[in-house]
Amino acid sequence: MRAERAAAAAFVVSLLASVALVPWYFAGGGPRGEGILLGLALGGLGAGIVIWAVALMDTPEVTEERAVHFEHDTSTVPGTVTVARRTLLVRLLGGAGVTLATAIGIPALSLGPRPGQSLFRTLWTPGARVVDGEGNPIRVSDIVPGQVITAYPENHPGSADSQTLVVKVAPESLALPEGRADWAPEGCVAYSKLCTHAGCPVGLYRAESHELLCPCHQSTFDVLTGAQPTFGPAARALPQLPLAVDDDGYLIAQSDYTEPVGPSFWNMT
Amino acid sequence: MRRPQPVRWVDERLGAGHWARKALKKVFPDHWSFLLGEVALFAFVILVATGVFLTLFYRPDAAPVIYEGPYEPLQGQEVSAAYDSVMRLSFEVRAGLVMRQIHHWAALVFMASIVVHMMRVFFTGAFRKPREINWLVGIGLLLLALAMGFTGYSLPDDLLSGTGLRIAYSVLISVPFLGPYLAFLFFGGEFPTEGIISRLFVMHVMLFPALIIGMITAHIAILVRQKHAQYRGPGRTETNVVGKALWPSQVFKSTGLMLLIAAVLAFMGGLIQINPVWSYGPFDPTTATAPAQPDWYIGWLEGALRLFPPVEFTVLGVTFPSTFLPGIVIPGIAFTIMTLWPFIEARLTGDRAEHHLLDHPTDNPMRMAVGVGGLAFFVLLTLAGGNDVLAVTFDLGVESITNFLRIAIFVVPLLSAGLAYRLARDLSKVG
Repeated sequence: MRAERAAAAAFVVSLLASVALVPWYFAGGGPRGEGILLGLALGGLGAGIVIWAVALMDTPEVTEERAVHFEHDTSTVPGTVTVARRTLLVRLLGGAGVTLATAIGIPALSLGPRPGQSLFRTLWTPGARVVDGEGNPIRVSDIVPGQVITAYPENHPGSADSQTLVVKVAPESLALPEGRADWAPEGCVAYSKLCTHAGCPVGLYRAESHELLCPCHQSTFDVLTGAQPTFGPAARALPQLPLAVDDDGYLIAQSDYTEPVGPSFWNMT
Repeated sequence: MRRPQPVRWVDERLGAGHWARKALKKVFPDHWSFLLGEVALFAFVILVATGVFLTLFYRPDAAPVIYEGPYEPLQGQEVSAAYDSVMRLSFEVRAGLVMRQIHHWAALVFMASIVVHMMRVFFTGAFRKPREINWLVGIGLLLLALAMGFTGYSLPDDLLSGTGLRIAYSVLISVPFLGPYLAFLFFGGEFPTEGIISRLFVMHVMLFPALIIGMITAHIAILVRQKHAQYRGPGRTETNVVGKALWPSQVFKSTGLMLLIAAVLAFMGGLIQINPVWSYGPFDPTTATAPAQPDWYIGWLEGALRLFPPVEFTVLGVTFPSTFLPGIVIPGIAFTIMTLWPFIEARLTGDRAEHHLLDHPTDNPMRMAVGVGGLAFFVLLTLAGGNDVLAVTFDLGVESITNFLRIAIFVVPLLSAGLAYRLARDLSKVG
């Protein structure tokens, strides 16, 4: 009766562990003790039952005939009334049903606004000062080369879709696309921080190779060439914010971004 | 006069005796691989039990509050009410952390047992006529389980889950013509939105569980109606089922199995930390962490996004964004093939007969090749989803790992499918 003794021991372990759980809880608990005691309580019970079933039950193997080979049943029950075909009614019934389903489904549109222009715009406006996360305006002379600053339009620090990276590089090293010659005063370039692939904040900067790196899918962008992608799954450059310096030496935006920021969508061009 | 026993009381009102006697005699073929689906079922039971507890403390609310709990590094910081409530569950509610961790581990085991159960059904041909419907129900359950996992781990509103939501938004927005509308309807506007947390909560605790319970019921009802398939063996034919009766051995074994699974999950939940949202910090739309890893069953989708080359093109003014092919089309094709496999195989082999005796995996080289190749594809994509972790682990550049995997994703599945085909063919010749 070794099996019986083993099953009994397992049940006793379970019982003791369950009893111990109570004072443990009232003494303040803690995941380790709870996990171990609960595991012993459940495991003892389970082990005991399995030992009982496997070693102490003499269950014969039985054979059951499989009566289920289903056939397509074409018989009709006597007394069933058949519905006469009325084409007009059937069509109208279908039409009314579909219309009703559509009408009932329409309120689902309340779930969200139409995208409208919101994907094409950010909060940057012409002349908006560039501020840091605390809302302090950034002076062009305060930026240290090699440093990357997460910046926002004034009055909107923390804005999710306007978040922008400002980096200062040697002006002569820049090779920006045509028409952007006056977008980078004193070598200060600003790019949208939202990755053009899956929209993650492009949070890493390798100063020695002038590369911005997205932590999500490792898309890499070259700061010197207008944030053209150089590696990874992003296919589009990070949009560049045209910068200028105002009379007090603060960085300002010349305008909003000239293309949508963040992940692409079908009608963006 | 003898008082009626409860059983008789019920029987006299519902006439359930006949039905119950038949049910208790249901024959279960005795093989460990038939328990995999049960493991999934029991993990689900544990998920519901722990989930109810968590629901009583969780607040589905994105409104900002100041964290004032005992976890010092975050004291005084602005967090969402949702994150705050998960922190309270983890540090202040007695038995809260162990419940959270058991719930999370149970979710991982739930998904794993579903996938392994599905592999059993696939490789033994258990999806063939008359069981195609239950294969479809199973695919539905797989999709719902994925949806449960994704909505569940988004609820704590921590930095990691916020990143996952952001990627989901970006993939959704990439759908041609409909993307922006779908994304705005689902999220309630442009990411990040305040309303998404409460929406995910309703799906996670009400909509999806109700659907899962309904589909599990259908899954089991169809199984009972059609009776179990069985492996070949002495005395086993296409027209019988050989095994042990539900009562008592199967009831005992299954109950024991459920308790043992619960025990393993309790040990894991108590001893192995999972999803430490306090160290990730609250969601902040201007930050992302690296390395960021989703739960294992999302890894292959993440891997497809990481591995796919930068392809974005515009046709007739319609842009196909870089996440569209890897994020929508590839998973779409994978799930379509999986869903339709019973019908695809029937067409390829011309075998439309009824099958109650299961194949050995090597009996059908073509199916073996497809399954092994598909698994290799899945595993490689999952590895790609952790390319940054691999880079750190093996001290290699993430670029070289990605470039390597971009080639391997074609070579390895084809090679392993070919090997599997030959192996299966040779083995079935021997047999």
